[in-house]
Amino acid sequence: MLNFFKKPGFRGGVHAEEHKTVTAALPIVSDFPLPKKLYIPLQQHVGKPAEPVIKVGEKVLKGQLLAYSQGLISAPVHAPSSGVILDVNDYPAPHPSALPIRTIVLETDGKDEWIATQTVDDPFLLDPEEISFRVGAAGIVGLGGATFPTAVKLNMGRENHVDTLIINGSECEPYLCCDDRLMQEHAEKIIDGVRLMLHGMRTEQAVVAIEDNKPLAFAAMQAAAEAHASIKVIQIPTRYPMGWDRQLIRYVTGKEVPVGCRSSEIGVTIHNVGTAYAVHKAIRYGQPLLSRIVTVAGGAVKRPMNVEVPFGTLISELFSFCEVNADETARIVMGGPMMGDSLPHTGLPTVKATSGILALAQSELKSSDEQPCIRCASCVSVCPAGLRPLDMANNIRINQLDAAVDLGLKDCISCGCCSYICPSNIPLVQFFKYASGEVVARQQAQHKSEQTKRLMDARNARMERIAQQQREDELARIAAKAERERLKAEQQGALV
Amino acid sequence: MIPHMKPSSGAHVGANNSVSHIMWQVMLALSPATAFGLLCFGWPAFNLFIITVVSAVVFEAFCVRLKGRVAKPVIMDGSAVLTGWLLAITLPPWAPWWIGVVGSGLAIILGKQVYGGLGQNLFNPAMLARVALLISFPIEMTTWANVSPLFFPHSPGLIESWHITFSGIDNIDASTGATTLGFIKTEFSQNRLLTDILKDYSGFLSFIGATRGSLGETSTLLLGLGGVWLIRQNIIQWQIPVSLLATVALLAGIFHGMDSEHYISPLLHLNSGAMMCVAFFIATDYVTSPNTPTGQLVFGAGCGLLIFVIRTWGAYPEGAGFAVLLMNSATPLIDHYIRPRIYGRDRKGKPLEIPKS
Repeated sequence: MLNFFKKPGFRGGVHAEEHKTVTAALPIVSDFPLPKKLYIPLQQHVGKPAEPVIKVGEKVLKGQLLAYSQGLISAPVHAPSSGVILDVNDYPAPHPSALPIRTIVLETDGKDEWIATQTVDDPFLLDPEEISFRVGAAGIVGLGGATFPTAVKLNMGRENHVDTLIINGSECEPYLCCDDRLMQEHAEKIIDGVRLMLHGMRTEQAVVAIEDNKPLAFAAMQAAAEAHASIKVIQIPTRYPMGWDRQLIRYVTGKEVPVGCRSSEIGVTIHNVGTAYAVHKAIRYGQPLLSRIVTVAGGAVKRPMNVEVPFGTLISELFSFCEVNADETARIVMGGPMMGDSLPHTGLPTVKATSGILALAQSELKSSDEQPCIRCASCVSVCPAGLRPLDMANNIRINQLDAAVDLGLKDCISCGCCSYICPSNIPLVQFFKYASGEVVARQQAQHKSEQTKRLMDARNARMERIAQQQREDELARIAAKAERERLKAEQQGALV
Repeated sequence: MIPHMKPSSGAHVGANNSVSHIMWQVMLALSPATAFGLLCFGWPAFNLFIITVVSAVVFEAFCVRLKGRVAKPVIMDGSAVLTGWLLAITLPPWAPWWIGVVGSGLAIILGKQVYGGLGQNLFNPAMLARVALLISFPIEMTTWANVSPLFFPHSPGLIESWHITFSGIDNIDASTGATTLGFIKTEFSQNRLLTDILKDYSGFLSFIGATRGSLGETSTLLLGLGGVWLIRQNIIQWQIPVSLLATVALLAGIFHGMDSEHYISPLLHLNSGAMMCVAFFIATDYVTSPNTPTGQLVFGAGCGLLIFVIRTWGAYPEGAGFAVLLMNSATPLIDHYIRPRIYGRDRKGKPLEIPKS
């Protein structure tokens, strides 16, 4: 108890209506019919897009490498099923803009035929470097939604001698419960994945943090971790955004990650439970990351569920499987309702980041009837980052972006708490996202104009130098000529 | 496939609250004390209350129309009604009709709309109007009716009340008197001592509100209960009321402890005048108070200090209105200097140092 009081508590946050009871009680659906076509984007992670290694028309097997990881921070992409490559071209991305990105289109043959996989008898005999290499080769990225390449994180953890690995099982977003189900059904495998990660980072202890609204998952995980002294499973209060990595780190360890630092620099690394599960499959069975569990929920969904879908499945197919009523759907959201992005249509693929697809009915949405700000400061009290959203928004409204940056615009994590709580329905996060983008654009424009000016100055200097050179050459030539003439005159004078 | 939808950022879901909901909750919290005030001061008070609230709404509608906007949705947010209501309960209960109208005009036009409407004003509109009225019409604003409850034989009836409201009180000496704080102030100037002055004072009557005073400000009990309910409803935070009341109590306690014949006791301070109304309903106004918990503590303490100073040494028996206005003007300053610490940064905004381990 004393220990509890010493820890800095949870700052800000909201308790949103959970909407999890229906889906969290149903087992994960694993008989999703294999789609005829899969649209596999080459960038499903933070970092550089993967580079295709296959040709159009080539036949591929399930688990075969389609595109290799490019650069230090990147992740490869594998074939989620067997079939033929139809196209490598630009297709709409699962993003609010739905702008096209490079995508591999795979026509499945229905056989779901695996490529030969590399298994290992005792992975704990492998070098830690080998663990992260295999994790990287399996295309595993953070499955909580951040999609940062896991292998890079394991390496950073090892290099920084991290002492604590936190496994994020908070799943604080409303509606989503894929991690909850995963923990209930595959606790042993997740714990195995955690042990493999500990081995891969040469770290001694892990803490699995689960929100106290998931008692079943907590019980299952605790039972699975009982045999392993290095892994502690704890319950944490249910409050959004408990799953924000920095919030969870502070809650669990009492340490605060300084701005501009990675958590590994203060000795902590955080991974999602889904990632641990993927690591287990990759190391034990040599299976790359090909599918994930997606929560399909929302007021317009007739059969809400957690379902395992291969990457590249179009949302439209997922929706027809879950019997989504198109007329009732007022908004499609990828991710949770707090931080998720709204999608313009359903012709977009599911990717590694897709923890949930929500079809929200009008009655579930926040009212868009905007009222004047009454300075009630609820946004200040709920902000987990300690910002003052109302002042930032006021500055952005009058286009004073620099003032907004001074107030901490860049420390905003877009968690959505302020927008959620605002009684005046002011779209605060929208303001901040706009302003952040605009600040970057302005910096780029300024950089560009400075670059242009620098090049112009350099050119002018060069031209000036050349002209100077020419003038000097000319003078030298005149001088030489005069000299020659003088010598000539002297010679003539001598002759005379 | 579901056709095109407008993209928007999160949060896609929201808490179930709205501006008008907040305003109505505050009015609900005010209503017991207001109802009790109306009961105590009878029909004239009722007339004044209605006139003040209605004219606040009319002025608001007029200003909004002047800006070329549709008035109805703005009126429906309830802020004008609340402003009128708050002003009405701070007025002398039998004040003439034009006090209510002029007050509402000052509150809505000068206190709120000239700044740009809801959320933009620097000063609390109701307090601004009340202080302006007090300075401009000192007689009308300090004529305090005796407690004369509704339906009592000696209380004015409905017809008589129209006479009081629209053409003035006939027998002023018989039906009016001084408030407790006002009485103490005048008697102090006669060099009387506190025990002597307070011979007839009943703390209990003040506590329930059956005493001379502003229309809806007399009942310490009901205003306090309404305020606590608002805190429980999470409409207001505890910081301002607690720090305000604690500051007054502390200062009064110190001075009363040193000289109990010349300084009013903390209990009497808390139990009289506008104290409860200001602590829970006026100083907590979102628009004109700081927006961080620490800032709110400072703000409340500042209000408390000023109230005590004005009450004790000032020319006016009650200083709540002045105190709130002065602290309102300090709000931007408080908000500028007292900011929450950003995650991963120190108080000055520099990134934290990486701990050595």
